[in-house]
Amino acid sequence: MSEERHEIRLEVNGASYDLAVPARRLLSDVLRHDLGLTGTHVGCEHGVCGACTVLFDGAPVRSCLVLAVSAVDTEITTVEGLGGPDGSLGPVQQAFLECHGLQCGFCTPGFLTTITAGLRDNPHPTREEAREMVAGNLCRCTGYHNIVKAVERAAELAHGTGTP
Amino acid sequence: MKPAPFAYLRPGTLEEALEALAADDGAKVLAGGQSLVPLLSMRLAAPSRLVDINALPDLAEVTVTDGEVRIGALARHASVLADEAAAEAQPLLRTALRHVAHATIRNRGTTVGSLVHADAAAEMPAVLRLLGGAVEVASVSGRRTIPASELYLGLLESSLRHDEIAVGASFPRLAADEGVAFDEVARRHGDYAVCGVAALVQVSDDRVTAARAAYLSVNDVPTVVDLGAALADGLTGPALAAAGEEALRHLEPMADLHASADYRAHLVRVLTARVLRAAEEHARTRQVAAA
Repeated sequence: MSEERHEIRLEVNGASYDLAVPARRLLSDVLRHDLGLTGTHVGCEHGVCGACTVLFDGAPVRSCLVLAVSAVDTEITTVEGLGGPDGSLGPVQQAFLECHGLQCGFCTPGFLTTITAGLRDNPHPTREEAREMVAGNLCRCTGYHNIVKAVERAAELAHGTGTP
Repeated sequence: MKPAPFAYLRPGTLEEALEALAADDGAKVLAGGQSLVPLLSMRLAAPSRLVDINALPDLAEVTVTDGEVRIGALARHASVLADEAAAEAQPLLRTALRHVAHATIRNRGTTVGSLVHADAAAEMPAVLRLLGGAVEVASVSGRRTIPASELYLGLLESSLRHDEIAVGASFPRLAADEGVAFDEVARRHGDYAVCGVAALVQVSDDRVTAARAAYLSVNDVPTVVDLGAALADGLTGPALAAAGEEALRHLEPMADLHASADYRAHLVRVLTARVLRAAEEHARTRQVAAA
């Protein structure tokens, strides 16, 4: 018995994709397997770790907690959409590079998307606010210190303050 | 960790959604999905059909009237939290919503969905119970309003029938002589609370004229306890301790992986005193501001 497929159109990183997917397919799986956008990582697959975080109309959402068929009315941004069109790094990515904000890198896509949205809402976070901004994302390598530093550095880079 | 197969419908009108629910005993409603999707992925729930209400019109609104704040079924926690008029009319909404999971979950999860999911560890059911709010539900046979006191039957069990959709919830406005507070203890910020307490205190001149508290993560349903008598002579240390003991007479703290029943009882005492003090101070601050 073949499972019913639903025809949907997803808007991801400025491109439209027409797909036919089973209703039960998670957005995280559609991004990775159907669209080949493997930058979005899947860790816990039940909304705890934050690795699969993408942006819905600019706001962070767990892609493992959304069915792809239910994500049709939003502009989705994945980690692949955070850099410049020429492949240059976005400010949050540049800050992670400079501050050594990643080790194994598995959790990094979720941090990058979450912080990109966080700095849009709060362009000048205090240290405490920077910690709160990433409180929903788990990292098992860094101990978070350099990630919090990267939040602060990304805020500087985004506003052209501080030396590159 | 993948959901079992189910049929899926994304109707454009409420009537269509209600008919689909009525036609299938195994159907479930999908709104924000922040509790439902993990249950599907872990196969703790396997509905035959999901009725996705995200495309229904006019359900995302938060409206404030003279008497209440009304929250539509598709209003995300984040938009309720950001709503200035709602926070002014009923400050406990914003105070408590800050404790609901993490910001990323609040961007997708809906407040009404959380109310009818009836998780004993969730914040907003306790807030609805404390304030005496209500949930409005619709089905093919019409609409009805379920008062908070009749909404919660057990763990993850509400009094909604399977063919009903919660279309909105109403929270009474805070009266001029009332103050509210909320606090919880969680293992990490954003985790489910080990114990949480919401309180409402009414003051007149120098006296406390009414006080009650709602407890989450203690019993299998959010539970409200009247603490007015314990505080009749003011919020002294002994009176606050008596309020904690009075609360425990109406509660049966559960033991689980994260806390023994004794530890939960300890948290009930500590948090009861803390939120009652904060709610009383809030009431007095509002009176000063109004004067």
